[in-house]
Amino acid sequence: MATIHIDGKSYDADPGKNLLQVSLSLGFDLPYFCWHPALGSVGACRQCAVRQYRNEEDKDGQIVMACMVPAADGTRISIEDEEARQFRKSVIEWLMTNHPHDCPVCDEGGECHLQDMTVMAGHAYRRFRYRKRTFTNQDLGPFINHEMNRCIQCYRCVRYYKDYAGGRDLDAFASHNHVYFGRSVDGTLESEFSGNLVEVCPTGVFTDKTLKHHYTRKWDLQSGPSVCAHCGLGCNTLAGARYGGVRRILNRYNHEVNGYFLCDRGRYGYEFVNRPSRIRHPLLHTDASDTDTLSKPESCSPEEALRQARDRLRNARRVIGIGSPRASLESNYALRAFVGEDYFFNGLPSAESHLVTLAAEILRNGSAETPSLREIEGADAVLVLGEDLTQTAPRMALAVRQSIMRAPEEKARAVGVPPWNDRAVRDVIQAERGPLIVAAVDETRLDDAATSVIYRAPDDIARFGFAVARAINADAPPVEGLSDEETDLVQRTAKTLSAAKYPVVISGVSLGNEAILQASANIAWALDREQKPVGLSFVVPEANSVGIALLDSAPLRGAFELVSSGKADAAIILENDLYRRTHALDVEKFFTGLRTVVALDSLRSPTTDRAHVVFPAGTFAESDGTFVNNEGRAQRFFQVLSPEGDVAESWRWLGRLQSGSAPSDEPRWKNLDEVLDAMAAELPDVAGAKDAAPRADFRVAGARLPRSPRRFSGRTAILANLDVHEPKPPDDPDSPLTFSMEGTAAMPPAALVSHYWAPGWNSVQALNKFQDEVGGANRGGAPGVRLIEPEKPIHSYFTKIPDAFSPHDGKFVVLGLHHIFGSEELSRHAPALAERIPEPYIAIGDADARARGVTEGRELVLRIFGREYKLPACVRPNLPRGVLGVPFGLPGLTGIVFPADGHLLE
Amino acid sequence: MISNIRTLWLVFKHAFRKRVTIQYPEEKAYLAPRYRGRIVLTRDPDGGERCVACYLCAVACPVDCIALDSAEDETGRRYPGMFRINFSRCIYCGFCEEACPTYAIQLVPDVEMAEYNRQNMVYEKEHLLIDGEGKYHGYNYYKVAGLAIGGKGKGEAENEDPPIDPRGLT
Repeated sequence: MATIHIDGKSYDADPGKNLLQVSLSLGFDLPYFCWHPALGSVGACRQCAVRQYRNEEDKDGQIVMACMVPAADGTRISIEDEEARQFRKSVIEWLMTNHPHDCPVCDEGGECHLQDMTVMAGHAYRRFRYRKRTFTNQDLGPFINHEMNRCIQCYRCVRYYKDYAGGRDLDAFASHNHVYFGRSVDGTLESEFSGNLVEVCPTGVFTDKTLKHHYTRKWDLQSGPSVCAHCGLGCNTLAGARYGGVRRILNRYNHEVNGYFLCDRGRYGYEFVNRPSRIRHPLLHTDASDTDTLSKPESCSPEEALRQARDRLRNARRVIGIGSPRASLESNYALRAFVGEDYFFNGLPSAESHLVTLAAEILRNGSAETPSLREIEGADAVLVLGEDLTQTAPRMALAVRQSIMRAPEEKARAVGVPPWNDRAVRDVIQAERGPLIVAAVDETRLDDAATSVIYRAPDDIARFGFAVARAINADAPPVEGLSDEETDLVQRTAKTLSAAKYPVVISGVSLGNEAILQASANIAWALDREQKPVGLSFVVPEANSVGIALLDSAPLRGAFELVSSGKADAAIILENDLYRRTHALDVEKFFTGLRTVVALDSLRSPTTDRAHVVFPAGTFAESDGTFVNNEGRAQRFFQVLSPEGDVAESWRWLGRLQSGSAPSDEPRWKNLDEVLDAMAAELPDVAGAKDAAPRADFRVAGARLPRSPRRFSGRTAILANLDVHEPKPPDDPDSPLTFSMEGTAAMPPAALVSHYWAPGWNSVQALNKFQDEVGGANRGGAPGVRLIEPEKPIHSYFTKIPDAFSPHDGKFVVLGLHHIFGSEELSRHAPALAERIPEPYIAIGDADARARGVTEGRELVLRIFGREYKLPACVRPNLPRGVLGVPFGLPGLTGIVFPADGHLLE
Repeated sequence: MISNIRTLWLVFKHAFRKRVTIQYPEEKAYLAPRYRGRIVLTRDPDGGERCVACYLCAVACPVDCIALDSAEDETGRRYPGMFRINFSRCIYCGFCEEACPTYAIQLVPDVEMAEYNRQNMVYEKEHLLIDGEGKYHGYNYYKVAGLAIGGKGKGEAENEDPPIDPRGLT
């Protein structure tokens, strides 16, 4: 700890930080532009000027940029110094000479860092009498709106986009006051993380295009703490709603998970909530199961739907429940409690169920800890086995991209350059990057950052992994028959991982290969036996995949068997489209065997069309619940808006379904806490989920916490067209939050933060005030509770090593290739995101293509399990022989269980 | 006694005074143009809606009686798709007019807004939008500043240079 003196007062400071970071952490309001906690300092904008004194006697001092000076012991600075103030004011005045007078039509207005800093620096009157320079804008695709006139040339965008996120198609052009940030030609920004530009840009150059189409100011957005529902990482989000619809997603800082950034699927996938295809009222379907042409479902009152469902279920021989990895832990538990442990199924095909359970098992019973995303960012060596992270767990790919800076940063530190000094660090390390070894079936978007890449069939990736484990620890099972090239890479990888301070091994379930999971576990355990620290991370497909694995239930197959054997004739299907899970014929047979189908879902799907009663389930925005992410972190998400129509959480519907039929009968659970308490009592594995966020009776100084910002407008007019007498705001029995601006203005616990705002800080940068120190941990600790901690037993290695993959003539292994845009069930309904979904294709390796004379774009017919798919060929230079890929989850390609055996028909 | 006579005299004298009371509603009182009465939405000199749906009036309103929702035309010009004022809550303070950056929302000297049914005090955009410029003539926000919209390109607002070519050498 160092002692620094600011305006004559002494403070403790971390000497590893710069003065700007320290001043902000201490609560001083010092304006800045080019600095960003995640991007470091470059000293470009000259905005954070302070006066620094040599010693106590020095009365003159000199103006320095706070972001470029380390907070060394004994540093004396003045923020209030008159000349420094004037300096900061003049810098803003210069920046404003060209800034357009368009705040009323600017989407950043009201949450603009430039507005905040201008007010903070005190510049108020324009003295510059000359003309403003203007630019033409570019069309940057469906996510980002470009308005270059507003640019203040802070360079944050390109530093984020190129240096941090590894993008290549955004750059600075021209010179002096003509500097232009954009693409070389108009076109969609390629990076999967482009949406973060909206938050990185301190003014309105890059704004959210989806928000633009239903624009609402920050002060009008009723927001709630939410968790992204579109992959297994559980990034924390702030969803903002107005007039009954979700209007945008912002990043919610979770120090351990997503930090400052989200991926574009997480940021733009939200629009499915507002789709017209949403189910808003219970639907009744009378002849669903006996015709191919389904009759149009009729909506009915909740009471009627509940009565019908109760009657039907009461008369059933046996009711089974099918859960879902995209439903909350509470909803799954509610269904399990309804139908009983033995009749609850996790809704997954057997293979995926097995893999996800295996992953949870390895993490629980193995000795390797699973790292959070922050810990992955801190790893100095990363091995990725078989996952295309950018497509399956995008935010993790961004974290891995940061990890390659850790090893070279040490070099900079050795010559006295602190890691926050971004430009200097990059000058020291030049093009040097830390070890990242990727073994994949095809090119991944991380290849450019990797030090070594190999492309192999899934079994060969697993063999590579097993061999690495063997090379690290001699007790691990040996692998025979590797090529020289592979052996060499195995040796190098083993050496790199052994030498690293904190290596991380990442694999996942997207290839549907058990051996890959086992191989990565072997590597982690081998390192552990060698007394080396190691992190082992598994990528899972859906928001609550690990949660449902912890519930320990049987896969879909069991449900199918119960029905085909006639033991069960009624099913409750929870937020699950079975036609996406497994072969349509099996699903069809299942439905034919059922006399009663009750479904709960938010969007209409082929499954809800087969149900006799459909209850409208809330999406993430209309529900309270808990997701368990890939590291086993249980995170609570809260309602953002009070649901329209009859929409309610699935667990609430299931609670009502279980009550008596008299109107006075109370549902089984009155609120979320009752579900959580019941779950904790019954299932110790997930009992910790109770503590993921404060309970509903939590109060700050006796008051609830408001979802609406303090200057929420239109309160007495929004609903005045319906009734001039304002209704009471909706009650919220499930959380300590209110659906109004009433409540305490005090700092809430991190799990309940609904918006970032502090006096003088209207932009997202107000986040500084919600952290222990700027860029550090959330005040009061990161939200969420880890349910999985390794037990550190002596483990035995997995020994079943697959044979080397050899292509069969005419028979292919067909893999599902994941796409960030399109492979996920819900987000693909969002119109902006839908524009980025690729056209379906069949990926074929170069060697196979040449052998068969297939050229790019030629129509191929692929037969999988008796179904034929006619799609254009996409020739991939690196896809191994004998392997084909089709995009996972795209319309028309659902219901294939990967990896599948496929035949190419001539 | 004197006091009584004086009182009678004074009352008598008033009989010849000019009448202050007017025969409302047949006869209207004079209200100055700056009088803060009913709120209207005005149009710019070209007949376009002045409102750019910036939400500043709504946020300035101390009784929160203004609600609007933005929409966009195909050229990127933003306008309020919905604009609602609950006049039963309005206190005619004029903050919305002061906050308005485009002279769109104006208070006009019209006070005849009494209703038997409070619900009738809720005005929608169709009731608010007039076909004129109101009190402020000649102002067209988009001619002065703002984004490029249909009929106005980059660099065509006041005090703007034409767009620069980022590929230029100087």
